[in-house]
Amino acid sequence: MSDTSATSHVAPKTYRSSPLPDLKLFMWLFLASDCMFFGTLIGTYLVYRGRSLEGPFPIDVLDIPITTVSSFVLLMSSFLMVLALHALRSGNIPRFRLWTFGVAFFGAIFLGFQVFEFSTFVQEGLTLNQNLFGSTFFVLTGTHGIHVTIGVLMLLSILILSYVKPMTSKDSLFLEVTGLYWHFVDIVWIVIFTVIYLVEFA
Amino acid sequence: MTYGKQSTRSVSESTGLLIRPNWDRGILSWLTTVDHKRLGILYILTSTFFFLTASVEAFVMRLQLARPEQSLVSPDLYNQLFTMHGVTMVFLAIMPLGIGLANYFAPLMIGARDLAFPRLNAFGYWVYAFSGILLLSSFIFGGAPDVGWFAYAPLTSLSNNPGNGVDYFMVGLLISGVGTLVTAMNLIVTIVSMRAPGMTWFRMPAFVWMILITMFLIVFAFPPLTIALFQILMDRTFGTLFYDPAGGGMPILWQHLFWIFGHPEVYIIILPAFGVISEVIPTFSRKPLFGYAVIVLSGIFIGFLGFAVWSHHMFTTGLGPVVNAAFTLTTVVIGIPTGIKVFNWLATLWGGKIQFTTSMLFALAFLVTFTLGGITGIMLALPPFDAQAQDSYFVVAHFHYVMGGGALLAFFSGVYYWFPKMTGRLLNERVGKWVFALVVGGFHLVFFPQHFVGLLGMPRRVQSYEAGLGWEIYNQLSTAGTWVMSVGALIFLISIFQAFRNGKVAGNDPWDGRTLEWSTTSPPPYYNFVKDPVVTSLDSWWAKKYPESVHADVDHQAEAEANHQAEYGGAGVHIPGQSWFPFIAAIAIFFGGYAFIYDNWWLALLLLGILLVSCYAWALEGVGGKHINPESEGIA
Repeated sequence: MSDTSATSHVAPKTYRSSPLPDLKLFMWLFLASDCMFFGTLIGTYLVYRGRSLEGPFPIDVLDIPITTVSSFVLLMSSFLMVLALHALRSGNIPRFRLWTFGVAFFGAIFLGFQVFEFSTFVQEGLTLNQNLFGSTFFVLTGTHGIHVTIGVLMLLSILILSYVKPMTSKDSLFLEVTGLYWHFVDIVWIVIFTVIYLVEFA
Repeated sequence: MTYGKQSTRSVSESTGLLIRPNWDRGILSWLTTVDHKRLGILYILTSTFFFLTASVEAFVMRLQLARPEQSLVSPDLYNQLFTMHGVTMVFLAIMPLGIGLANYFAPLMIGARDLAFPRLNAFGYWVYAFSGILLLSSFIFGGAPDVGWFAYAPLTSLSNNPGNGVDYFMVGLLISGVGTLVTAMNLIVTIVSMRAPGMTWFRMPAFVWMILITMFLIVFAFPPLTIALFQILMDRTFGTLFYDPAGGGMPILWQHLFWIFGHPEVYIIILPAFGVISEVIPTFSRKPLFGYAVIVLSGIFIGFLGFAVWSHHMFTTGLGPVVNAAFTLTTVVIGIPTGIKVFNWLATLWGGKIQFTTSMLFALAFLVTFTLGGITGIMLALPPFDAQAQDSYFVVAHFHYVMGGGALLAFFSGVYYWFPKMTGRLLNERVGKWVFALVVGGFHLVFFPQHFVGLLGMPRRVQSYEAGLGWEIYNQLSTAGTWVMSVGALIFLISIFQAFRNGKVAGNDPWDGRTLEWSTTSPPPYYNFVKDPVVTSLDSWWAKKYPESVHADVDHQAEAEANHQAEYGGAGVHIPGQSWFPFIAAIAIFFGGYAFIYDNWWLALLLLGILLVSCYAWALEGVGGKHINPESEGIA
């Protein structure tokens, strides 16, 4: 009739049939699913590529140099992500905060570029309902932008949390899982950048 | 209804910002529950409710078709009825029933205490329940969708369908997809990480295997549907051109995306049914499952191949002979693993001491009915035949034999099998035989004639037909069958109430079962098992009861239990606290759906805010719950 350790806060040692933490496996499954989400969107883009009945066409509006810069910033954020996780794991909290802020900041820069790009396109007459290129382009890159936004939110949340309470191994798992998500979103961007931008000028 | 008395003796512990509720009984304890058993029961009850609504829709359609040239319902209402019948049955009734059984029994069968993410499980349930209510409410708010359950473009475009029905369809399925996806990921993590010590992959019950495969199918099949639904919504709301032929869009793309989801969906529905059959038939044949490994591997094979057959739904769209031939090939090939399973079940029966319980009768009826559906499936896999039968009642008969005669009969079998475990009471077996006779007899009376009337040329989705085409007798038989089935269903519902009032007490193991769920009490306590089960063989509970049986490994069993006890024993279990936030998040999504349908962006933004806040509260509310030690407390 005893409620053992109700006061001790020692987590019971429980058997697990897999060494992988639940949260990490869950993220891998989500990313597998997300592959299909982006796969469908990219597939739609490719099916409709070159089928727009009226302009502006991709070649008229896409700006390779600017997007190359924003793509580079996004890819570098993945590098900072690795540094942030490494710093947290080795207990270097100031560095962890610096790099995590760096990732979120680079993500925000990328989003800024995207806002700029979208508004330029709209000025040049490319809207959601202008032609198939507009429909497929905005929905695909917009979905990617929402992914980046959610990633930035998660990173900032961890950053704020680190000022509220001491970081534990659970938080480093959370950062690692956020990192998986972040790297995935970056990789998807490489595909999108290739399929939408580079192919047009090949 | 008494359900798993909860211990109030334990002290709440909370390490987070908020205190998680800990109600034992009453409505609040159900709204905030994170217990997989309670959620499983909620899934089963909710899907039964949607079963009934979809059955009523079918019943009205059959009344309308009982005689030629009737006008009981208008063509427009008829369109809404068959659309909602299909959508409700597929998304809100049969699939969630399988998920509900999985929710309740997969953790018990692998010896786990709950799912990996209990609150996410609650979220998945509430999102599903609300999405169903949203879809159903379209009848009240100006017209249900009337485009068929596969909602072919461009029928769904704003110009062709200006009402809100299509928006309800798209938003409702989008939302329900979110719930289904998170639940699928949750179950996969549970099955991978929380199996009992010693339960290797090939000691896992066949039901759990089929659930695992099904959940992977959900993870990969739902995204294409979600995106396609989203594209239609964008077309209707923001004027994008995805499916607008005037702007260069290709409506055929919708068919591809829909069936890339839609055919795996068939297996998402039928594989859990295969799992149920793989548990019921061995139990009542008093034999191990014949060819367990082959059943599992053929299930995996079906899972992969299920993604490679979608275009057989599109043979008549002019894909060309090469594509048609390729998809004929894959479709015929997918019949092989399915056939292998049927033969394995037959071989399990062979030489067994068969007990004709209601559950077993339903399982046997499944074998016959599902095989008939499979055979017409092979017929339809051949493009020349398909071109003749396309859009006729033959197709209707075919997929009802697979979905109704397959999945539904298997789930009847499963409910009769597991009802005593869930409630502690047995369903009346004599009444059960009546239910069996009426449901199965009625089923064949409804759908068998439809093969013939289909081959005679009666098209599906017609509100009426002319007299003198020779279709009358078949339609009358079909309609008569719906009466028989309805009586059966009614008696079934009455027998459930009767079981609660004065049903025989079941005991822990009424069927002399093989798997771990029968090793605990009926209903199981909220912590599921007093002691962590330790597994050294397939059919571990059976092996423990009958040490002389095939799989038993008595020497290692004792040793493994001692080892586990030494390392993990006495630590007790942590039972997580309840939570409001899954419910609140689901409510926000529910009303957000309405905001999207009626283009009320301020409301949508507000609800997005509520969703975000509840996500943060969810993350930060802390663990809560209680730490108990069932071994020293004894069975609650």
